[in-house]
Amino acid sequence: MAITSITRTATHAKSDMEKDLFILQQLVTRDFKRKYRRSVLGIVWSVLNPLLMMAVMALVFSTIFAQGRNGSVPPELYPLYLIVGSVTFSVMSDSTSQALMSIIDNASLLKKVKVHRYVFPVQKTLFSLVNFGFSLVAVALVMLWFHILPTWHLIWLPVGLALLMLFCMGLGLLLAALTVFFRDIMHLWSVVITAWTYFTPIFWTDDYIKAMPNVLQALMYGNPMYNYLTFMRQIFLWQANPEPVTVALCAGWAALMLIVGAAVFHRLEHKFILYI
Amino acid sequence: MPDMTTTSDNPPYAIDVDHVTMVFNMASESLTNLKEYAIKLVRRELFFKEFRALKDISFRIRRGEIVGLVGTNGSGKSTMLKIIAGVLEPSRGSCTVRGNIAPLIELGAGFDPELTARENIYLNGALLGYTRQFIDDNLQDIIDFAELHDFMDMPLKNFSSGMVARIAFAIATVTEPDILIVDETLSVGDVFFQEKCERRIRQLIDSGDVTVLFVSHDIEQVERICQRAIWIEKGDLRMDGPVAEVCEAYRAQSR
Repeated sequence: MAITSITRTATHAKSDMEKDLFILQQLVTRDFKRKYRRSVLGIVWSVLNPLLMMAVMALVFSTIFAQGRNGSVPPELYPLYLIVGSVTFSVMSDSTSQALMSIIDNASLLKKVKVHRYVFPVQKTLFSLVNFGFSLVAVALVMLWFHILPTWHLIWLPVGLALLMLFCMGLGLLLAALTVFFRDIMHLWSVVITAWTYFTPIFWTDDYIKAMPNVLQALMYGNPMYNYLTFMRQIFLWQANPEPVTVALCAGWAALMLIVGAAVFHRLEHKFILYI
Repeated sequence: MPDMTTTSDNPPYAIDVDHVTMVFNMASESLTNLKEYAIKLVRRELFFKEFRALKDISFRIRRGEIVGLVGTNGSGKSTMLKIIAGVLEPSRGSCTVRGNIAPLIELGAGFDPELTARENIYLNGALLGYTRQFIDDNLQDIIDFAELHDFMDMPLKNFSSGMVARIAFAIATVTEPDILIVDETLSVGDVFFQEKCERRIRQLIDSGDVTVLFVSHDIEQVERICQRAIWIEKGDLRMDGPVAEVCEAYRAQSR
């Protein structure tokens, strides 16, 4: 056995990068299989869930809170407005809540194998793309139902997604590192996500926000997720190029979050092993 | 291997442990929530209670040497191994390792019980730094060695711990590593598999290129396999020399 393997050239990855990419790929595959292996309905649910959520929200917010009735979003576009907003927001909420636990969950591995620690939070962020992929099917169904044809502006989608991914990776790295030292964060974060859901224009429309007090308006428009949602709505809903200022803000937040997240993670990662 | 010539120019040490000290801060390690942290911070209790697992340890291991690490329970052997394996970082000093390591420490770490044996081989291989191509090529060797032909597509949770250990051992030793770290591994599995593992380790040793670091409570096993032994006791390097002398001294203290 040994004799045959010596003669082959590449037993081990040539660079750290190659090794990490293979690990990332294997970890994403692992999560995918874990989530969908035993249920054929698993994939169906990933499509159905955003649809049903949208139906509930559309009902609530076009009746009780009467969002889709006035000016800024026509009623027939409101369901699409909702679903594009909520699936985009889900990328952030899913990936960060998963990344949060990634270091602790892989404690047994980190204690025994030498592996770059950043791969775990980053992998969770990448995995949220899988779910987003299924959600896109739901978005397509809504567009089909309302006879809205996609346009070539959708070529912007990879750009928007990439920026959102970078933002989520930064946040994920930050949270994963802090949670190792303060486990309370995992309980706090679900509260933060709920609050963030309400302070992001997922169901609120522009004219509704304009009627809010200034503090709330500042929260809504100043919040990084607002830019990513706007980006997605511009290409899906308004079928236009994203405005330069939106792209710039998306990129700016992504860069900022990534720098902060990576810096904190890098500072703390040497101590992880002592706390997990 | 393209770098055969270059490595011989480098210092021949495979493992270079240079004044390594490992300090655990026991007070802060038990802290995992904000409230306790705040309380301890106020009481100024945060930075006390140090525990020195290793005290200024230095040794060098040449390429191809077979070294046994002995010591009583809790003496710091595992900490030393983890530092060499790159899992722990020393508080002071440095540890340089040249070449790739096959760590046979707690076999099956990183295995996922939900995945099948085959999928776990790929996942574990990735973590060990193998390429996909290499695993593809050697999958059959791994399966053969682990003797689990009929179970490759069964989820690992249905496997016994001995079967898991077989797969882990097979993956780690399918290639000839530069450095092999063996920590009590041979105590898993049935007698036949233990013998098979020992034969495999011996085969790697006989090839002459593999550096082996062997940890066991079984002094006879250390004497049988190793040439040199390092005795760590309560974090101190007690003795370092030919295996017979060190083991003799080690046995003498326990009497």
